[in-house]
Amino acid sequence: MTKILDRLPVVRHVRQSVGLQRGMLVTGLAITAVFVLTAIFAPIIAPYGYSQLRDASGTFGAQLPPGGAHLLGTTVGGYDVLSRVIWGTQTAVIVIIVAVLLSIFAGVALGLISGYIGGWLDRVLVVIADAIYAFPSLLLAIVAAIAISGGQSSFWGGILAAAISITFVFIPQYFRVIRAETVRIKSEAYVESAKVIGSGAPRIMVQHVLRNATRTLPLIFTLNSSEAILTLAGLGFLGFGIEPTAAAEWGYDLNKSLSDVTSGIWWTSLFPGLAIVLSVLGITLVGESLNDLADPRLRTRRRAEVAAHTPDPLEVQP
Amino acid sequence: MKTVVDIRNLEVTFATDGGDIPAVDDVSLTVGSGEVVAIVGESGSGKSVTAKSIIGLLPETAVTRGVILLNGRDVVGLTGEKLRATRGLDAAMVFQEPSTSLNPVYTVGWQLAEGLRAHGKYSRRQARAKAIEYLGKVGIPEPEKRIDHYPHQFSGGQKQRVVIAMALALDPELIIADEPTTALDVTVQAEILDLLRRCRDEFGTAIILITHNMGVVADLADRVVVMYEGKVVEQATATKLFGSPQHPYTQKLLAAVPRIDTTRERTPVAEAPPVVRATDLVIEYPGRFGRGGFRAVDRVSFTIAPGEVLGLVGESGSGKTTIGRAIGGLTKISGGSLQVLGHEMLTVRERGFKPVREQIGFVFQDPASSFNPLLTIAQCVAEPLIVHGRAGDATAARPRVDELLEAVQLPRAFGDRYPHELSGGQRQRASLARALALEPTLLIADEPTSALDVSVQARVLELFAELQNQFGFAALFISHDLAVVDTVSDRIAVLYRGELVEEGPPAQVLGAPEHPYTQRLLASLPVPDPAEQAVRREELRALTTRGEE
Repeated sequence: MTKILDRLPVVRHVRQSVGLQRGMLVTGLAITAVFVLTAIFAPIIAPYGYSQLRDASGTFGAQLPPGGAHLLGTTVGGYDVLSRVIWGTQTAVIVIIVAVLLSIFAGVALGLISGYIGGWLDRVLVVIADAIYAFPSLLLAIVAAIAISGGQSSFWGGILAAAISITFVFIPQYFRVIRAETVRIKSEAYVESAKVIGSGAPRIMVQHVLRNATRTLPLIFTLNSSEAILTLAGLGFLGFGIEPTAAAEWGYDLNKSLSDVTSGIWWTSLFPGLAIVLSVLGITLVGESLNDLADPRLRTRRRAEVAAHTPDPLEVQP
Repeated sequence: MKTVVDIRNLEVTFATDGGDIPAVDDVSLTVGSGEVVAIVGESGSGKSVTAKSIIGLLPETAVTRGVILLNGRDVVGLTGEKLRATRGLDAAMVFQEPSTSLNPVYTVGWQLAEGLRAHGKYSRRQARAKAIEYLGKVGIPEPEKRIDHYPHQFSGGQKQRVVIAMALALDPELIIADEPTTALDVTVQAEILDLLRRCRDEFGTAIILITHNMGVVADLADRVVVMYEGKVVEQATATKLFGSPQHPYTQKLLAAVPRIDTTRERTPVAEAPPVVRATDLVIEYPGRFGRGGFRAVDRVSFTIAPGEVLGLVGESGSGKTTIGRAIGGLTKISGGSLQVLGHEMLTVRERGFKPVREQIGFVFQDPASSFNPLLTIAQCVAEPLIVHGRAGDATAARPRVDELLEAVQLPRAFGDRYPHELSGGQRQRASLARALALEPTLLIADEPTSALDVSVQARVLELFAELQNQFGFAALFISHDLAVVDTVSDRIAVLYRGELVEEGPPAQVLGAPEHPYTQRLLASLPVPDPAEQAVRREELRALTTRGEE
């Protein structure tokens, strides 16, 4: 049992780590866990719905300060801030999952084929990936969002638009990493030994190359997740995100709270902003520590203790 | 004799993911000035760690205990400025790989001067003059001109000379040479050993020579320290150690060193159509834009008869590996003709060659990288069976895999282990099992033992000979080591810069070599016997001077 646990990426990393690196990893994991749990249990935790404007005692009222029935106050539109922040977590998690799932499969498959086969196909794909890199990612996401949603907004429509536009930016990243690994592994002796055995290209790609190329994926996965949150918030902030009636979204709330800031209403902007910072920080901490731990040169280890010298008889197998 | 280094009860422990590992355990030894002390042992014996601890080069994860007196000063636990002062002045280091121990973006003169100026006694002009002087002393021709050249403009042996010049320039009491000739060809090795001998004789420098090669030890060392699993098992003068080794481990180590024996029995070559026939084989690698290609193999002709082992010997860059890869279909040939099992490799396409692969086994040089790290040994060995449809999956292939593992003398249970859980020798045996899975008629073994320790090498060679007798496959055995090739081959071919210079039965090629290159190659091979080696050294010197005239 412990053997299986030791092979799981994150569990293994926690065990390996010491000192500051362990602190970073555990903090990151804790923040991320709170983030994910909030998303799952949002319907239970949140006092009101994300688009709720009134309860049994009438409308909430706009820009109420924190306290009383609304722990974190209400927004200019009359929504409950706490509920919006909690429901926003759910949107963020769904977008991350959809975006990363979409990009990871396409990116890995393209990277593998491009790296292994090489030639003109490789060149064309690399040029396309480079071209996508050259665009500012947010601009690209905006264009994709408009194209996908057609300006209309629904819950899934908005989420898919956000997720797919993020996917568009991420595929080149996965493509790049997997392609680089594939090119390296392609010249390893075990791939050549598979070739001289007579294995076909698909078998070599899946059995020998892909399985050895996925080591860095958990790292990009985490780093991309935090980037996905930022892109989603950015889209929302610029008004290309999800309407408040479809789902709660931090970037949209931040946008609407712009005018509040100058008039001393701090709670409408502070909490969604804090939610973005904390979730990105948590995931980034996990990613960075995974990166450090995966590299033996960056990983710190416990100092060896010099044991009391035990003179044991020398064994020689002639 | 003044004592330069005095190590007392040295202990070094490394912190790893798998817990603390003691690398050096209670080691005591001394080195006097003008003395060459060789520390020998197999990989993991702690020989390098012992030497590196003298100049504080161990990684942060290491904890050192004990006393190391370098010129009467304890250097254990020295840090910062004090450690820096001892490095270079008291002890200098020569590393294994000369091509990576020089910085490629600076001229060698700059790098030589850097060491001098780090210890702050020279003006720019003085440092340059001294650098030229020492380049000349280590035998670099035209040092005034060569000082402004970059490392890539020097050959491997010359680079190692430059590294030695860097070490000598500060006039240290001690030079630590960590496998100084392992990365070099055997003819170059002889030259570097000569140079180290001159360091001792002319400069009075003490040398700690770390090596696994008993021939090198016999050639250079005054005294030998044998290490095994972090401990010193035997210390004696070279003549005494080679003459009458006391410890069983030393005896085993000496017995395992392959020796040339031209009286060994060989199987006669069968009268049948050959398995491989190369006629004027040419292999070229495409050159960079606008430049001609590099001709790695130049009009080479040879044959391999069924059941015959052809040993292919040559130094690095001689094209021996390229020929092996061409027969295995990994490298395209550019001209001439290469027939492998009746298929012409010049025109063959991958689709047409695939069925032929069933009859070809391949053993790679580095057993550490020739297995997919994520598959078990059984799955790796089953691969050829699955690919060629002899078994549906790894479970169905398991009985055959077990048989194969048994044939290469590995316990069946090893099938469930992962490659990294096996030692180098065990992995190379598993590699043989995989190559033999389809009972090939031809086996290509590319330096199968050069990454292994001598004692392991001896066992793998023995196994190879046994398997060859049992299965009767023809083989191309590629190696840089004449003695290794001699132990397994029925016929030997010598390659030099892409050309086949000599070919014939071992008794002829090694007993009475005709080509001057073969003669030099043979004479450069150090033998593990100080007295005999001294004689051979003189022969080699006579041979080289004759060659220059």
